[in-house]
Amino acid sequence: MSNVPADLKYTKSHEWVRALGDGSVEIGITDHAQHALGDLVFVEVPDAGRTVKAGEPCAVVESVKAASDVYAPIAGEITAGNPKLAAEPEVVNADPYGQGWLMRLKPATGAIAAAGLLSAADYQKVLDSEGG
Amino acid sequence: MARQTPLFKLHQELGARMVDFGGWDMPVQYSSQIGEHHAVRRAAGVFDVSHMGVLDLRGTRVRGFLQRLLANDVAKLKLPGKALYSCMLNEQGGVLDDLIVYYLTDSWYRMVVNAGTRDKDLAWIREQARTFAVEVTERTDLAMLAVQGPEARGKAAQLLPAAEGAAALTLDSFVGRELGRWFVARTGYTGEEGFEIMMPAADAVAAWRSLNSLGVASCGLGARDTLRLEAGMNLYGNDMDERTHPFESGLGWTVALAPSERDFLGRAALEPVVRAGSQRKLVGLLLEERGVLRAHQKVRAAPAGEGEITSGTYSPTLERSIALARVPATTAARVQVEVRGKLLNARVVKPPFVRAGQSLI
Repeated sequence: MSNVPADLKYTKSHEWVRALGDGSVEIGITDHAQHALGDLVFVEVPDAGRTVKAGEPCAVVESVKAASDVYAPIAGEITAGNPKLAAEPEVVNADPYGQGWLMRLKPATGAIAAAGLLSAADYQKVLDSEGG
Repeated sequence: MARQTPLFKLHQELGARMVDFGGWDMPVQYSSQIGEHHAVRRAAGVFDVSHMGVLDLRGTRVRGFLQRLLANDVAKLKLPGKALYSCMLNEQGGVLDDLIVYYLTDSWYRMVVNAGTRDKDLAWIREQARTFAVEVTERTDLAMLAVQGPEARGKAAQLLPAAEGAAALTLDSFVGRELGRWFVARTGYTGEEGFEIMMPAADAVAAWRSLNSLGVASCGLGARDTLRLEAGMNLYGNDMDERTHPFESGLGWTVALAPSERDFLGRAALEPVVRAGSQRKLVGLLLEERGVLRAHQKVRAAPAGEGEITSGTYSPTLERSIALARVPATTAARVQVEVRGKLLNARVVKPPFVRAGQSLI
């Protein structure tokens, strides 16, 4: 069973979003996603200052088997990419909701409401319907 | 409906993630693909390779038949049990399959072919065999386990009765022998020592469990792929197929051109290639930057031209990306590869990348 923390928001494409209190958000991939990909060997995160649209590919996670895009769940400006992951991509497997975060982003005005993020319960339904 | 090996239920019980491979429902990994890879490089692992085709060829003219069928020459096999790696070519010189053939007696050879090609191979071989009166039997009654790694032979020998286990440990490299109900061969596809063992299907589950209890790790096709690529071994369908010939697939060494009177299938098409030199070659690539090389990425080898990666992966042993690529014959020591819209620098190297646990780069 995948771990789906109740205090986070989610997307159908298996990203998670955490509100950081200063109005910005932290973004990563879910436990289900890291498990499906397998051992990660390369992670590319966006540079701070880049502006992204909702749904835009903005990071890459590659396992031994396959490469996968990570999409911006919310429109806004990147404030940080996780610098740890260049040398230690396996952190995403070990701690997908903590040290394995991919990027932080300052949402554009109204972008959070427009993003249509899922609650933990609704994301769990997505996983159940995928047989995950 | 995908086909299943005699170990299918055990794979599920062991928590394997199953995938379709050449029409077979096979384990790609049990826990961690990288962990399984390291288990084979450092200790021992076991793979289910029962999806591969085992063909017994019998008849008084079987040697002459194989000298016609295969690009390598079975006349090299002098001692019973000795194995030979060969391509099987079509009339155009394209590779129908790569395979291993064992010389067992003057009227009996055994062949091991790829899973994805076994039906096609069987039809082709039976058609060619008719004029030689060679009987071709597919041994669907057998399972095959590959036990690989520096500790593999010692562990696997413990599954046999004492005398047979001792006999297994005296096998020379690339030799197989019937030991009781099992056929044990000192062969593999990982660049490590080990055995490939053919056994009655009913023995396979108990053998696998015994190996696990001796500390041999269950390993899936994912680790098998990274191990074979580090070892510089081709994968049929990726690195060569019916549209490519051995000399542009790093397999020229397996084509026996002497004696010149041996008229093997594909020979006539290959002779002009041999005279003129192949226009393309298969090389190893070592990525000098972060990222992962993958099959079908474009290789820029100016001024020689362009090529393509045929197999690429992350190498758990070298902790960087490696690949095989088909490039123009005049390609020099450095190339660039298009990876997700970027040009990354790679060095051209001669495979293998890793042998017996050691980096050769």
